[in-house]
Amino acid sequence: MRAVLLAAAGFGIALAAAHGRAQQPRGSIQEVDAVQELDVVPVHGNIYMIAGAGGNITVSAGKDGVFLVDSGIAGMSERVLDAARRLERQAQLKEPPIDLRFGAETRGTLQSSLNPIGPPKPIRYIVNTHFHADHTGGNEKLAKAGRTFTGGNVAGDIADAGQGASILAYENTLNHMSAPTGSQAPTPPAAWPTDTFHQDSMKLSHFFNGDAVQIIHAPDAHTDGDVIVYFRGSDVLVSGDIFQMTTYPFIDVANGGTINGIIDGCNRMLDIVIPEFRMEGGTMVVPGHGRLSDGADLAYYRDMLTIIRDRAQALIKQGQTLDQVKAAKITADYDPRWGVNNNTWSTERFVEAVYKTLAPKPGKR
Amino acid sequence: MHHMSHAALPAAVVLATLVGAGGFGGHAQEYEVSTASRGVDLSGEWTPVREEDNTGNTELGDWVGIPMNEAARLRAMAWVASIQTLPEWQCRPHAVSYISRGPSQLRISKEVDPVSREVTAWHMEWLRSIDKAIYMDGRPHPSENAPHTWGGFSTGQWIGDMLRIHTTHIKEEYLKRDGVFHSDRISVNQFLIRRGNYLTFLLVEYDPVYLTEPLIRSTEYQLDAHQNIPPYPCNVVEEVDRPRGVVPHNLPGTQQYRDDVRDFANRYNIPWDVVTAGAETMYPEIQDRINAARAKP
Repeated sequence: MRAVLLAAAGFGIALAAAHGRAQQPRGSIQEVDAVQELDVVPVHGNIYMIAGAGGNITVSAGKDGVFLVDSGIAGMSERVLDAARRLERQAQLKEPPIDLRFGAETRGTLQSSLNPIGPPKPIRYIVNTHFHADHTGGNEKLAKAGRTFTGGNVAGDIADAGQGASILAYENTLNHMSAPTGSQAPTPPAAWPTDTFHQDSMKLSHFFNGDAVQIIHAPDAHTDGDVIVYFRGSDVLVSGDIFQMTTYPFIDVANGGTINGIIDGCNRMLDIVIPEFRMEGGTMVVPGHGRLSDGADLAYYRDMLTIIRDRAQALIKQGQTLDQVKAAKITADYDPRWGVNNNTWSTERFVEAVYKTLAPKPGKR
Repeated sequence: MHHMSHAALPAAVVLATLVGAGGFGGHAQEYEVSTASRGVDLSGEWTPVREEDNTGNTELGDWVGIPMNEAARLRAMAWVASIQTLPEWQCRPHAVSYISRGPSQLRISKEVDPVSREVTAWHMEWLRSIDKAIYMDGRPHPSENAPHTWGGFSTGQWIGDMLRIHTTHIKEEYLKRDGVFHSDRISVNQFLIRRGNYLTFLLVEYDPVYLTEPLIRSTEYQLDAHQNIPPYPCNVVEEVDRPRGVVPHNLPGTQQYRDDVRDFANRYNIPWDVVTAGAETMYPEIQDRINAARAKP
């Protein structure tokens, strides 16, 4: 088990490195860290997308504080934290505190005019869309810099309940990041999800920055622990690596990923998407990697994956082997846009993953 | 065909200008660029006269004149028109890469700074499309992580009386309505030349994914003072009753994939290796191959 988890951690780091290279072709991941700038892209309202820190990070910044979806690679945590604080500060400047001067002889205007804006509110929550290190590497530092909502019985029973942001994830993500007692975990306990669920979805128990937040499990997609996050008020979906605008999806077969799970996840999101006008805008989709998207982009991606899946399935039904399916070049029409070839992932391995997760298992008919 | 003779001259001038400038992308400094308040007034209601290669009535497998690569051809062979009955495909407008090729009327209006009276943006709206802004105020194009739209993000500059529009951030879309696609990495330069009541609209399209050379197409519009582009509402409906998740396409090896896409080639007796010759089909020499093939017994 330990070997599996260590392998998974190593894989995650390698994946993070690969994504870093994809966005900044020169040098190692350390060099990338040193030169790479974050790109903060406005999405809707209080929601922003941060690119350049590994996997995309989604930020909700507002009166309730900061809500993150994913935390990027560890080496970028300081910059992500700085960006989140700037966004929170910006939100505070945009919406200054409520004016309480009226009706009290003791409330003069001079006091608040000295500096009407308080310090940025902390990170309250981090959601991990899955366990890979390019999406969870910043958990430890970012959670430590934050402070979740707590009080009442919880604060009374647990002295440190309010220290750090809560980290929310599907249960399998915690399983991948932790280890049974006595075993060496692939990530430090401070990076682990603090709140998990194992059913279809989880709803945050209160609005955050005006948004109802729903965390939806997408079974057996990129991994066995993927979630989609939906900010219902702002109308923003966060897909994790079920959908990305850079390459064919990475299907982590060793950790439960399947092509059909990814397609189902895309269709699940398309069920939610409502375009603003002429099939663009409206519900925005933050992909795991690459540019900000909407339902039309997601539909193109779903179409492509479905077509490739159908081609593979047809050849498998004819009894063709993996080598024969590879030789058929079932992705040739999409390779110039979505093809990939690096140490971690390649078009060939994508086809292998498609084949493996579609082909009948040995001994089954 | 009085208008066609008018069309030829400016198109030739534009091409000579572009060739002389050594290319289209990233060479703005080579032009003598005027300020935003110069140029000619393009605003008005314009109706399409016609374009030169019958884009609006595309036939299955008609890929001549498109510098498409092998991947684009394979994708076109797998394409089925029925995909456009999917809910996510209904109500889409034509993208900027195609809309001026369709039979859609065009309205051009200008956005004027109330103080300086400079034109800060042009707006183009085609029937069944969306408002497309062309910014003249010098704002930069968005980052590579910004979303893409059907209209893309456009900036303009005057080259004499010709408006050059550079558009990026365009969604993936078809170049012709028979499955010939460009990618979301396409960029488009448009050149607008007004001559009285006629407007020449030139498209130069660059797609590193599916095109081996720039695709150059032109359309003519005529001013129509009685035109008013009506609203064009659209509702997504169940066009085809099919199981959830089905995406129509031709599987390799099927009759549709193998034979039906040869419809255009068979109908006009054009050799298949000519239809699939990509960039070669843009040049006059392709006629020799067609004639040679037809001459064979």
